[in-house]
Amino acid sequence: MAEHPTATRGPDLRHGPGRLLVTLYGVFTVGAASRSLYQLSTRFDEAPLAYVLSAVAALVYAFITVCLVRGGEGARRVALVACAAELTGVLVVGTWTLADPSAFPDATVWSDYGLGYLFLPLVLPVTGLLWLRRSGGPAAA
Amino acid sequence: MFTPLTVAVVVAALLLAAWCGFAAYRDQPVKDWHYMGVGAVLLLTLAQAGVSAVLMAGGERPADGGTVLFLSYLVSVPLCLPVVAIVSLGERTRWGSVTVAAGAVVLAALELRLNDVWEGGVGG
Repeated sequence: MAEHPTATRGPDLRHGPGRLLVTLYGVFTVGAASRSLYQLSTRFDEAPLAYVLSAVAALVYAFITVCLVRGGEGARRVALVACAAELTGVLVVGTWTLADPSAFPDATVWSDYGLGYLFLPLVLPVTGLLWLRRSGGPAAA
Repeated sequence: MFTPLTVAVVVAALLLAAWCGFAAYRDQPVKDWHYMGVGAVLLLTLAQAGVSAVLMAGGERPADGGTVLFLSYLVSVPLCLPVVAIVSLGERTRWGSVTVAAGAVVLAALELRLNDVWEGGVGG
């Protein structure tokens, strides 16, 4: 949570609601990354698809966290894309786990639309998209 | 696992979440009283880590070989509140209060997972 002297550059994503988002994304990055590292290293054979997807989710979370912390217009745009990708991921994987449970012997972060994580995986990207849009520069209404 | 303590941690964390959520609703930052609440819940989680350590030293183990997983959750749980408390110190607005409330909810969720892993209910 270090403060940077360059806070004036571009839209500030690190304060107010942005701070909350960064914190939650940080928590999710650590959670998803440690979970997938543990699963990939110990039980990869059991559910390779689920564990690889967990790892992908962790990477996306890490990426968004970094973008939100850095701030600035460029990071904001990239974070927008990443949040959209995350939302797509949770919707696709959520639907997939419901339609074809046999493909997933074990749960991922995105299974059942993030049910096991209080639906935060679904709520976070939507909140992130709204916040990124609103805090935007010229593009924002 | 010592269930009464787990229940106490979950209830205390949810109360803290409601309290800080109420502060956010009233457009207030996290104040000293809230931090004392944070400290109290933190002490409960540390007590739980201690009790679990004693149980495991006495030969009890999480079901189904979930020892490593259990330990990783056990270590993560007490880290939740210090992280959000530090964030809220730098964010003296209602959003600091929302952050602490969110951290407390995550803490409660982790507690439930911790219990699951100990019982051997859910894998991963």
